[in-house]
Amino acid sequence: MRLKVIVITLGLPLISFVALLSARPDGGGISGKVTYEGTPAKPKAIDMSKEPSCAKQHTTPITTETVVTGPGNSLENVVVYISAGAPDDSAPSQPATFDQKGCQYIPHVLAFQVNQPLKVVNDDQTSHNIHPLAKINREWNKSQPPGTPPILDKYDKPEFIPVKCNVHPWMHGTFAVLKNSHYAVSGNDGSFRLPNLPAGKYTVTAWHEAYGEQTQEVTISGSEAKNITFVFKAKPY
Amino acid sequence: MSAHKIAKSLFLTAAALLTIPGLVTGQQMESHMGKLTGHADSGKQLYFRFCWGCHGFRGDGSGENWLATGNYPTQPYLNIQPRNFDAAVFKCRSTPTGTLPTDEDLYNSVGRGFVMTNMPSWISITNQQRADLVAFIKSFSPRFKSEKPGDPIKVPAEPKVTVESIKHGQELFQKLECWKCHGPEGRGDGPSASTLTDSNDQPIRPYNFAVGSRFKCGATNHDLYKIFMTGLDGTPMPSFADVIKPEDGWDLVHFLRTLQVTNKSPELALWESTKEGAEQIASRKIHGTPTGSGINQ
Repeated sequence: MRLKVIVITLGLPLISFVALLSARPDGGGISGKVTYEGTPAKPKAIDMSKEPSCAKQHTTPITTETVVTGPGNSLENVVVYISAGAPDDSAPSQPATFDQKGCQYIPHVLAFQVNQPLKVVNDDQTSHNIHPLAKINREWNKSQPPGTPPILDKYDKPEFIPVKCNVHPWMHGTFAVLKNSHYAVSGNDGSFRLPNLPAGKYTVTAWHEAYGEQTQEVTISGSEAKNITFVFKAKPY
Repeated sequence: MSAHKIAKSLFLTAAALLTIPGLVTGQQMESHMGKLTGHADSGKQLYFRFCWGCHGFRGDGSGENWLATGNYPTQPYLNIQPRNFDAAVFKCRSTPTGTLPTDEDLYNSVGRGFVMTNMPSWISITNQQRADLVAFIKSFSPRFKSEKPGDPIKVPAEPKVTVESIKHGQELFQKLECWKCHGPEGRGDGPSASTLTDSNDQPIRPYNFAVGSRFKCGATNHDLYKIFMTGLDGTPMPSFADVIKPEDGWDLVHFLRTLQVTNKSPELALWESTKEGAEQIASRKIHGTPTGSGINQ
């Protein structure tokens, strides 16, 4: 009995000390930029004339979003994530929202966590069908006419899932289902930030739907902020 | 360990290794429907006699009839890729989209065959043999070991066929935009029809209602109702279970029957007895063939 008390009195401060260390808010991080070299294929024009309710929502010509570039050879829509070195996180309860608006997917690439709620919304005046072509997770295909409630789902395994609408063949997107909360999707300037990383050795993976995958090993000591770049080889087709 | 025990364990290991392609460890896969119980080991014999020419040695749909060979090196013998059992994605189910089919669903599919494809109706083999095949087919995918089939969707009793029901079905056909793929007259020639691909990126045609009386997953109104609610997984046909009410589903069934202008159904007869229906049916000249050729897209 006395022994137990001693263990508890000694153990509690030790545990709280360890907890303090691992939850240090100003931990290190990885940030950087994704660019391309070479000549990317020109985005193709999308003809929405068969879907007037969508066509009229766009004042500027709409092009495919398979490869979206920004100033200074920056590459948009690249998922940058910690593929090894970080523990699997429990999923947030906040849903990841995938919107269908103007017969386009917003965002084009949606990254979220395993078991995180996914919410698919139709903001158009036309019927869409949402068809995530999962291979590792379950493949489903649901119709979503205008004015119907959001479709709620979740995925229990990590996977990059192509999403399409069969009614509107130009609509293509991706669900990036990831194991932990350390991920970012590059913006139009190609930048990304993975904050709050405790010291450690990490594998950082960058994924692009047309140009494939790259990885880098990054070691963070203390609360170091590392800067890295990914350069993808653009394919002209 | 005694020599006898070693010999026994070696034998068991060898036996386990021989159980390709399912690599079944632990219990043998079975199928259950009603009083029938199918056994994978019996099904395996049948599979490698009847099925593997199309569905392949590994059950991945890449049998020699699909692979490009012989006189037509650029084109496979079949124009629709046989089902890949490894993916465990099946068109004809009684279960919600994204879930595994029941054993009975698979059993029915083998017996029914798939209209407008090269999959025949396997009524030439016995019920027990079909049950055995289902048990073996399930061993190709690990999903059947880790997941349970979905809960079958409920099909409420079919209401009486009325002109109002057909008319409402017609409105729903417009509103739900079925015509985008199936065409305004259900001939499979809608504006999106020519762009459709299945989940293997193979071109696929929407169903042409104007020919024949059967659907991909059965011939009855009950089967057609199920198709709306489950969707045909692996194809562009989605599930409408979350977006239409059961009575709307039946109205659609009644209207779709009137699109089958060569099939004398009670729905077609009733619709033809009205002025609007008679004009509509008369205006629909028959063209096209069951394989879909000759249809203008």
